Amino acid sequence: MSTVAPQQPIRKVHRKGKDSVSSWPLRDRMAIYACWAAGLILSSVALLLVGYMFYRGLQYISLSLIFSNPAVGSSQADSGGFLSPILGTLILTTIGTVVALPIAIGAAVWLVEYGRPTWLARAVESAIEVVAGTPSIVLAIFGLLLFSNKIFQPLSFAGDNGVVVGRSFLTAGTMMSLIAVPLIFTSSREALLQIPAQVREASYALGKTKWATIRKVLLPTVRPGIFTGTALGMGRIAGDTAIVVVLLGATLNLQPQGSGPIISTLRGSGSTLTSYVYNNSPAGEGNAPQKAYAAAFFLLFLVLILNFGVDVVARRSKKEIT
Amino acid sequence: MSSSDRQSEAAGQAPAAKMERRAELTLGALSSLLLFLIAGMVIYVFIKAWPSFAHNGISWFGASGSVDQQLTKIFDSPANPKDYVYKIGTWPLLYATLLTTVLSVLIGGVLSVFTAIFIVEFAPQRVRDSVSPIIRLLAAVPSVIYGLVGILVLVPFVTNSVISEGRKGSVAGVVQLSGTCLIVAVVVLTLMISPIMIAIISDALRAVPRGWKEGALALGANRWRVMWTVIVRAARPAIIAAAVIASARALGEGIMLAMVSGSVGFAPNPLDGVTFIFEPLRPYAATIVDNAEGLSVVPFGQTIYAIAAVLLITALALSLGGAAAKRPLRKYGVRL
Repeated sequence: MSTVAPQQPIRKVHRKGKDSVSSWPLRDRMAIYACWAAGLILSSVALLLVGYMFYRGLQYISLSLIFSNPAVGSSQADSGGFLSPILGTLILTTIGTVVALPIAIGAAVWLVEYGRPTWLARAVESAIEVVAGTPSIVLAIFGLLLFSNKIFQPLSFAGDNGVVVGRSFLTAGTMMSLIAVPLIFTSSREALLQIPAQVREASYALGKTKWATIRKVLLPTVRPGIFTGTALGMGRIAGDTAIVVVLLGATLNLQPQGSGPIISTLRGSGSTLTSYVYNNSPAGEGNAPQKAYAAAFFLLFLVLILNFGVDVVARRSKKEIT
Repeated sequence: MSSSDRQSEAAGQAPAAKMERRAELTLGALSSLLLFLIAGMVIYVFIKAWPSFAHNGISWFGASGSVDQQLTKIFDSPANPKDYVYKIGTWPLLYATLLTTVLSVLIGGVLSVFTAIFIVEFAPQRVRDSVSPIIRLLAAVPSVIYGLVGILVLVPFVTNSVISEGRKGSVAGVVQLSGTCLIVAVVVLTLMISPIMIAIISDALRAVPRGWKEGALALGANRWRVMWTVIVRAARPAIIAAAVIASARALGEGIMLAMVSGSVGFAPNPLDGVTFIFEPLRPYAATIVDNAEGLSVVPFGQTIYAIAAVLLITALALSLGGAAAKRPLRKYGVRL
């Protein structure tokens, strides 16, 4: 602490002393103003965007829209609501997260706690970076290519001519998990790296094996990190459109395929809020801007709640540490 | 520890070691899965795309007539595999991709550097506490919502209030100016990628050792000079990395661009002066989104997969490049 004490008066002198912005050369003053302008412009645009979506959304949304299914209709009044897209978003987000969690956490634990051979560890790290940078539309059409193979028929369904379609909640959810993997991986890895070595050593000293240490000591400690990554990943999955449009079929309603109550829905095609918004915008076929605004508002609300949850958890875990 | 415990542990020694080994192998295999997936994806997409590249050679990237007409011809090609049409020159699409990506990364880059400096150094505490969550909010908004605002707010505004009738008439014979255009695409894309860049740059600015800043201040430099000549300079790798990662993002943005860019395979001509920024275009990713319905037509699907292959390789190179650009920052303990 003794090193910090002499620094504080220096900073105070410098903040309140002669070096006020007005005494700087014009060029430097301009630069400061540019910084203020950039920051304020970006944040006011962000507020404007979200505010506008809320304004439009609240204007058009109603309970009957949320609780009725989309229907084929000529005007915005009789084309139904978006209950099944909401269900679609929930199903898809769940599948994506369930698939992503073991892969991402497993990779993070392996990389931090084992990480041998080194070349493989480095390659896995790069692979995850590549996954993070791959455009979701490319993931989508790769998924279509992959899941149209005969072996993957159980995941989707076959068309009339016996060709495997490859479009279903299961295939789309599996591809969606790749969007969440990098986020969950990064936040779990950061959390694992922050655990001091003596925590592990204490556990080993008590006779625990490495695996037991990971399961009983490390994973419970990094739970906030995993939660943060998962919530961010869920937000990204819920917000992705390309994979839904290509790999889920983006049909109007849920279209179960085959038999079995839940599995038929999962093997069938459907739509999500994002594809609903896309299809009802002027770019899609529906062209019902009011519906699009209402659904977009609902989607934005979901995503913002997820992000808010992340902030709360981050703040709480920060408090615990200090 | 009681003696019975010790006994059971001694007896369980061999299985425990085995389980340890198994745990390590399982986790390693799980991690390697991603590696296989990436390799498989590149190979698989390239095999599927090969006929399109093979038939066109280097002119696949070239300009040869209207790319939209070529796509239609490929889509309508005869059912006999020998008569498949493959001829395509994707220059307008490549050019559109480059234009949107480079412009938005440039504009967004400048904006992000200044905003990051603002957040890290010059904003009063209370402003900082509200500005940085608001900007994170911008990163959370799904791309389809950006597209929706673009197509329902910006596009009508541009077509009604910004483009004059005279301007529309001046290029009437070549292309129709309908409001979906380069400038709208770039503005929306800039908004989408700025939060990513700001996050990377501000983390790096914060990580520069405090002593460097204090040393420069002690030498009499004012706070802006210290920021610009010492801290921003030290964080240059982060700025490069941010630009590279944001390019990968901008390049792959399909849905939003399909909504606001006009979806016309047209190459905007800078010689048109100001009209240039109001001309429609369609980047690679948006082309895939627009044509995903036709993938089952064999030659058409192969052409679309060829576009995906180009995007995939570029994104792969950019991701690895971004990671390499960030590496120098590890010496400050920044892991992004």
